[in-house]
Amino acid sequence: YAWDANEEYLFKAMVAFALRRYSSKSTTQISNVLLCNVTDRVSFWFVVTDSSKNVTTVPGSEVEAAIRMNRNRINSAFLLSDKTLQFLKITSTLSPPVEPSTPVWLIVFGVVLCLIVAGIFFLVVAGIQQRKKKNKQSTERENLEEKGEVAVTVENGIPCETLDLKAGHINGVFAADDERFTSL
Amino acid sequence: LSVPPEIPKEDGRPKWDNKFQYILSCIGFAVGLGNVWRFPYLCQIHGGGAFLIPYFIALLFEGIPLLHLELALGQCLRKGSIGAWNTVSPYLGGVGVGSWMVSVLVSLYYNTVLTWVMWYFINSFQEPLPWSVCPLNENRTGLNEECYESTAVNYFWYRKTLNITPDVTESGTLQWWLILCLAACWAIVYLCTIRGIETTGKAIYVTAIFPYLVLTIFLIHGLTLPGATDGLAYLFTPNLNTLKNPRVWLDAATQIFFSLSLAFGGLIAFSSYNPQKNDCEKDAVTVAIVNSMTSLYASIPVFSVLGFKATTGYWDCLDRNIISIINEFDLPEESIMRQNYTAWISFLNSSYPEKIAGLKLKNCDLQEFLDQSVSGTGLAFIIFTQAIILMPGSQAWAILFFIMLFSLGLSSMFGNIEGVFTPLLELPIISKSIPKELLSGIICLICFLIALCFTLGSGSYWIDIFDSYAGSLPLLVIAFFEVIGVAYVYKIKRFSKDVKWMTGRKPNLYWQITWRFISPLLLLIVFVAFVTLQIQKPSSYAAWNPKHEGFPMKEEKVYPPWVLAICVLLAVLPCVFVPLVALFHLIKRMCRNKDPSFVPPAVFSCKGANS
Repeated sequence: YAWDANEEYLFKAMVAFALRRYSSKSTTQISNVLLCNVTDRVSFWFVVTDSSKNVTTVPGSEVEAAIRMNRNRINSAFLLSDKTLQFLKITSTLSPPVEPSTPVWLIVFGVVLCLIVAGIFFLVVAGIQQRKKKNKQSTERENLEEKGEVAVTVENGIPCETLDLKAGHINGVFAADDERFTSL
Repeated sequence: LSVPPEIPKEDGRPKWDNKFQYILSCIGFAVGLGNVWRFPYLCQIHGGGAFLIPYFIALLFEGIPLLHLELALGQCLRKGSIGAWNTVSPYLGGVGVGSWMVSVLVSLYYNTVLTWVMWYFINSFQEPLPWSVCPLNENRTGLNEECYESTAVNYFWYRKTLNITPDVTESGTLQWWLILCLAACWAIVYLCTIRGIETTGKAIYVTAIFPYLVLTIFLIHGLTLPGATDGLAYLFTPNLNTLKNPRVWLDAATQIFFSLSLAFGGLIAFSSYNPQKNDCEKDAVTVAIVNSMTSLYASIPVFSVLGFKATTGYWDCLDRNIISIINEFDLPEESIMRQNYTAWISFLNSSYPEKIAGLKLKNCDLQEFLDQSVSGTGLAFIIFTQAIILMPGSQAWAILFFIMLFSLGLSSMFGNIEGVFTPLLELPIISKSIPKELLSGIICLICFLIALCFTLGSGSYWIDIFDSYAGSLPLLVIAFFEVIGVAYVYKIKRFSKDVKWMTGRKPNLYWQITWRFISPLLLLIVFVAFVTLQIQKPSSYAAWNPKHEGFPMKEEKVYPPWVLAICVLLAVLPCVFVPLVALFHLIKRMCRNKDPSFVPPAVFSCKGANS
């Protein structure tokens, strides 16, 4: 927005407002704030006169303190920030950054670690189970072959006995029904 | 009907699920962090597009022949590096032990780099990004001094991440946050390598392909950023004069060599799990070309982003000057823009030279910003993070970038760990008694405990030492002996017959000439040049010392003698096994010569490997 007489009026009003809030006396008027040396750069000097004491200016330290207290309001009025609206000799106090109670990175790290540990646990357990199954199968086959009586029939490399134990279904149609057969 | 687990090949050796897994593993091993942060840097300092000439010559005469050699050797002998070289000739067993040793040393420090990547990754979920703002000092009157004098990004890297000490001799304390991340990284490596290639084969699908996706995203985004074209022009503008400098040729040769991860034993391990009748010649050419193309492809987004960063820095510099001029001369807002800045400056300089001089304006030069070239960890953790802050949606870009770096490094770690794991599995004492899961767990645990040293305050100095001394010179020596061993001990005729049996066609003249003459010669020249250059410059390092006068510039320091001794030890230890093992076998043979009943072992050939 362009800087014109209306903006200057608003500025005077803000300074007066700041002084009123700071010193809690409602005698400061807009007419008390004087701007001088206004340049194209939109930089100027200003003083605040005190109407109660004749034609004296309010001390600079008081004006500085008032402005510092209400810096936020003044900035918002002009839609500017500490960087874009500068008061020479008034440094802005820095606000501390917001620190959550647990640092965010620790939470993310916890999630990642849980996933990894779950994965390792799953793989190790699966490996142990596989090894147990393989051992059981090989001992079963060894036992059966040792006896020599039972011919280990093998289907696709798998002993038939183990096939039965797994998810096999007995076909009801061919189930041995003693009554069907004539007894000898 | 559930079926018992698939019976592996007749000789009990595990194998790849399919050829694509194998090729992807080799590519993942070769394509690593160096493709992203070393190649673009070399391109930039060695005359842009002109660097590609020595690079491709080195690829043709050094990279591809050596790669083919290793893959064919592993495939034919079906053993890890130690077993393979013992089979070629007992006198060459030291080559295998040497490459095993190098794999161990590199695994130790490589995962610590991944630790840093992981630390940055888990810190990318915050708003604002922690490396974009300086923390306040104790009494909250201003910013932290160390941060204020350097930049927020530098502060986060040197203080918040590394907590670096000013000297390599000062060890500092263990950084607990880095220990946590290191444990997580080694846990991830264990998770992926728990059963050898059975598990890495599955993991590689993600870790090898994901970086390409992210690079493409960064490419598209990077090209839309302002200043990207300046960065790309700067990168690729060829300056053929640089080719006269022998340093350029040396850098090209070493870059190709280290980029393809040769002489680690990992490639031999990978190809040993292949069926023997596999076209290793085509594989070698494929892997080498994909690796080089990836380097080129990665340098485009990297330099777009760097160009963007340089342009933003240049604009900031101009803006700061413009503000001070406007404040001084009370000119209206927006009277001086970046475009007419130079005109205004010359006008003001002629009319009010004293005022202009009094302002102490910084000379803004885009070229100067572009010239700030960095490679290695500085590129990723300082330059790139600074550029990411400037992009809208920084968290997403940071997360993507660090996951990409992590995948790149992880797939290389798989190769390193395989290079350690496979030879150990073949030692008779170990393979019978210990299950695979336990062995990989023990390896990861021991490496984690040793790598705790790198989480000390001086850790990053030690990683630089390991990188420059253990990960460079021994590889050249081992590769030289590999080529000589196959060409002159195993004999090229025999090797060509083996390759013909495996691929179905005899290796043509190109392979014969490179294996016999060109590659060994090239390796010898590179080795001599490398050592000469290392000896000439006094070994120094750049230390981050906040109390230094020139801070934020780094302080140049010299290594103390005991550190130099460790450097020499690191470089010599893997190489020393080559003569030691040869000597050992020579002595054994001399003792054996006196024994008349001794029968010399049969001559080995590929066809007999399976029985």
